[in-house]
Amino acid sequence: MSEMWTAKLRNKWQKNLPIEKLLPDDQPVYVASWIYVFGVLTLSALGMVIFSGIILAFEGPVWYHTSDVGKFVNSLHFWSVQLFFVFMVIHLWGKFWMAAWRGNRFATWMTGAVAFIASIATAFTGYLVQTNFDSQWISFEAKDGFNSVGVGAWFTVTNLGQMLLLHVAFLPLILGIITVVHVLLVRKRGVVPPIDAEPTSLSEAKR
Amino acid sequence: MNHPATYLKSGWLQISVTNLFVILLMLTIFALAVLIPFPKDEEESKK
Repeated sequence: MSEMWTAKLRNKWQKNLPIEKLLPDDQPVYVASWIYVFGVLTLSALGMVIFSGIILAFEGPVWYHTSDVGKFVNSLHFWSVQLFFVFMVIHLWGKFWMAAWRGNRFATWMTGAVAFIASIATAFTGYLVQTNFDSQWISFEAKDGFNSVGVGAWFTVTNLGQMLLLHVAFLPLILGIITVVHVLLVRKRGVVPPIDAEPTSLSEAKR
Repeated sequence: MNHPATYLKSGWLQISVTNLFVILLMLTIFALAVLIPFPKDEEESKK
């Protein structure tokens, strides 16, 4: 009798990503470096972006343009995005210079790269839906660019409804899924060691 | 914020002072993250 698909999936998950790997209490000794902090800083900033974004979506533009608390949450959303990109770019530099695709980590590197591109698309649509003169200026500059490459008919940057839905529904979903896959791959393959270091666990290094 | 950004221009290169500042800030943080030693675990250093 063949196994059910649920059992197959469970066995595959347990083989590839056991709970000890998913929620470790022990990290390799080389992780004790500030450059290894920027991945989780990026995740923290993303968490704050999503949290403030949910509040903005529930309260709406009149609230975040006119009330004091609304302006604060709007700024929190904006500045969390700035920090998100700063941390992500430093994380990218750190991983690039230590060739983080080594040790069968190609998929980890690629999901990170795709997450970076998805973040740019999400941030861009965010700039377009600020509903202020800044977003009007950005959209009217961008429409010429998109029209010149022939995609303006289906990606209409001056269409607030389309940009808003892409920004609050579609793109965060895509970015969220890629980020989860990226983090699971980091857990599965482990954190990449520096180029001159042997991959060891912290407990092994203590011995 | 309601005024045009100040730009630096040298030949083909043109960049706003704000963008240049952010790039230099990121490079500085990157250098510090590589150079500054990470604090050691207190329990570990007692051993």
